[in-house]
Amino acid sequence: MDNMNKDINSMPKKSLFSMQIDLKKFEKATDEEKKQQDVMSESVSFFKDGMRKLSRNPLAMGSLVVLILIIAAIFIVPHVVPYSYSQIITVNGKRDKSAANMAPFEYSDLEQEYMAEGGKVFPHIMGTDEMGRDYFVRVVYGTRVSLSVGFFAAMIVLIIGVLYGSISGYFGGKVDLVMMRIVDIIYSLPDMLMVVLLSVVLREILNVDSIPMLQKIGTNMISLFIVFGLLYWTGMARLVRGQILTIKQNEYVLAAKVSGAKSGRIIRKHILPNCVSVIIISAALQIPSAIFTESFLSFIGMGVQAPMPSLGSLANAARAGISVYPYKLVFPAVMICLITLAFNLLGDGLRDAFDPKLRR
Amino acid sequence: MSKEIITNNAPLLEVKDLKQYFPIKTGLFQKTPLKAVDGVSFSINPGETLGLVGESGCGKTTVGRSILRLYNPTGGEVFFKGEKVDAKSIGHMRKEMQMVFQDPYSSLNPRMTVEDIIGEPLDVHKLYQNKKERREKILDLMELVGLNAEHATRYAHEFSGGQRQRIGIARALATNPKFIVCDEAVSALDVSIQAQVVNMFEELQEKLGVAYLFIAHDLLVVHHISDRIAVMYLGRVVEIADADELNNNPVHPYTQSLLSAVPYPDPIKAKQRQRIVLEGDVPSPLHMPEGCAFRTRCRYATERCAKECPSLTDRGNGHQVACWNK
Repeated sequence: MDNMNKDINSMPKKSLFSMQIDLKKFEKATDEEKKQQDVMSESVSFFKDGMRKLSRNPLAMGSLVVLILIIAAIFIVPHVVPYSYSQIITVNGKRDKSAANMAPFEYSDLEQEYMAEGGKVFPHIMGTDEMGRDYFVRVVYGTRVSLSVGFFAAMIVLIIGVLYGSISGYFGGKVDLVMMRIVDIIYSLPDMLMVVLLSVVLREILNVDSIPMLQKIGTNMISLFIVFGLLYWTGMARLVRGQILTIKQNEYVLAAKVSGAKSGRIIRKHILPNCVSVIIISAALQIPSAIFTESFLSFIGMGVQAPMPSLGSLANAARAGISVYPYKLVFPAVMICLITLAFNLLGDGLRDAFDPKLRR
Repeated sequence: MSKEIITNNAPLLEVKDLKQYFPIKTGLFQKTPLKAVDGVSFSINPGETLGLVGESGCGKTTVGRSILRLYNPTGGEVFFKGEKVDAKSIGHMRKEMQMVFQDPYSSLNPRMTVEDIIGEPLDVHKLYQNKKERREKILDLMELVGLNAEHATRYAHEFSGGQRQRIGIARALATNPKFIVCDEAVSALDVSIQAQVVNMFEELQEKLGVAYLFIAHDLLVVHHISDRIAVMYLGRVVEIADADELNNNPVHPYTQSLLSAVPYPDPIKAKQRQRIVLEGDVPSPLHMPEGCAFRTRCRYATERCAKECPSLTDRGNGHQVACWNK
C-alpha cells in the first residue's frame, strides 16, 4: 500500500528489459471517470430493458407515435371543430341545405355569402356527407367509437382469458382437461353467426333505452361485447395456459410453495409477472382484430346505432356514392388501415422487445 | 426395524417407510406406478447433517420433496419434532422446514429483486411488524450469507451462480428453520464456489444449529459436510452409516463401487486402488427386478436376492446395510 502513495517521478528508472509495468505511462483516473464505472453497473430491470429495446425499433416507435396522435385527435378535435357528428351544418342559425356532399375544403353558397359578410366558417377538411354533416368530425367520432370498442373488447378478452387460462394451467390435471375441452367447443362455434344471432335475440331482451350511456352505442355493440366475452377469449386462455404450464416447472414456484405461499399468491407474484409480456403483446394484437370485427359488423349494418358513426358504418354509407365521391370511402378506410397496422406493428415490436426467447 | 443412533434428545425428523409412486401412462387406459421412493426410513437429529447420495434418478430429490410435502406421499409417515407431517400440519411446519434448490438459475424468480425473493417467506408468515423491520431482517440475512447489502434492490440475473445460491440459502434461512433440505445445492456450482458454499453451510449450522438433509451425488462433498451418510439405489436406502465409517468400511457392494469411483487427489494411492466397475445399466424403475433391486448388477448376487428384498440390518455402531450376502 505504501507504494501507492509514492511519487512516480521519484521511483528508480525502469530497466529496459524489465517486465515491470512503467507507471509513468499511466495517469490517474479522474473523479468523473470513476463515476462512469458506477453508472455502468446500474441495475436493469426486465421492464426497462424491454422498453430500451422497443425504443430502438423504428417501426414500433412510429406506430406508437401514430397511435398517440390518433388518440390525441379523438380527444382534442371535438373541442376544436365547431360541428357535431349528428348536426346538419347551420350557417348563422339557418340550416344549410346546399351543404350536402361537398368535396374537402369546399364551402357552400350560404357559407360563402356569410364569409363575404365577414363571418368566420371553419373549413370542412374532409367535406360533408349526403345529409350535410361535417365528414371530418364524423370520421373522428367513428375512430373514437371503433377504438373504444376495440379497447373494451380486448379488455374483456384479456380479463376472462387470463383468469380462465391461469386457473386451467395452474391446477392442471383433470381441471385442465375439462376446462380445455370447453375451450375447444367454444372455439368451434362460428363467431360471426353468433354475433348476428345474439344481436337479434338481445334486442328483444336488453332494454338499453333506460341507460343513456348505452343508448348511444346501441344493442348491436352490446351484443358484440357479449360475444367477445363469450367467444373470443379462447385464444387468450390457451396462450396463458401454455405459458403457465411452462413457468410452473421452474424451481422458484416450488421454492414459493416451500415458503408456504398459497396458490393465489404464487399465481399473482410468480406466474403472472413472468407471462405478463406475452399477455400484453397478445392484447395489443387483439385490439385491431376487435376493430376489424366491429367495422365489418357496422359495414353489414349490424354495428352502432345511427346517427353515431363508426368507421365501418361510414364506409358502408360511402359505398352508395362510390363512383361520384370516392374520397368518402378513402377516409374511413385509411383510418382503419392506420389503426390496425399501427397496433399490429406495435404488437410485433413489443414481442421482439419482451419475448425472453428472443433475448440474447 | 431401524435402530436410533444413541443421542440425548429425540430425533428432529423421522422418516418411516416413506413411499412415493408416480402413475405413468403406459397404455391408453393403463397406468403403471413408477416407484420413485419405495420404503425409505431414516432419522435426523437436531443440528445434524445427513448426506443422501446415489446416482441420477434413484429418488434422492423425491425423498427431499416428499418430506416437505411438495408431493403427496403414497405411503409411510414423516414426523417432525414428534408431530406427524400431513396436509394440515405442514402449514405451520413450513416455517421450520425449508429447502435450498439445485439450480440457482431457475430457483430465483427473474422478475423479483433480491429483497423480495429473500423477503417472500417473511411476507407469507408475516414475520415483521413494519417495512423497516422487514428490510432490516433481509439485510441481516444477506450479511449472514455473505452478500453485499447494497445489492438488495438488484435482480437475480445480475448475480453470479455462487451469489445466486447464497440468495437461495438466505431465503431458506429467512424463517429461522430448524431443518433444511439441500437438494443438490452445490452440484450446479464450480469447484471453488462449491467449497465456499459448503463451508458456509457448515458455519451456518454452527451458528444457527440447523439440521440438513444434504442431497448430492458428489461423495467427497457429502463426506466433508455430513455426520452420517445414506446411500440410495433405485428408491431404497441400501446403507446408512457415520460418514467416516462409510468411507473407510463400505459394506454394501453398491456403496463399494460408488466409493471406488471417487477421484482421489493422491496419484500413488489412486493407482493402488482397485475400481469396481458395475456392469449393465440401471434397471428401469417401471420394471423393477424382483427381490433386491441391485442384484442385476451385483457381483455377489445369489438366488435369495432374486426372491426376497433385503431390509436394513444393523451391523454394529449404527451402521445399517440392506444386503443378504455382506
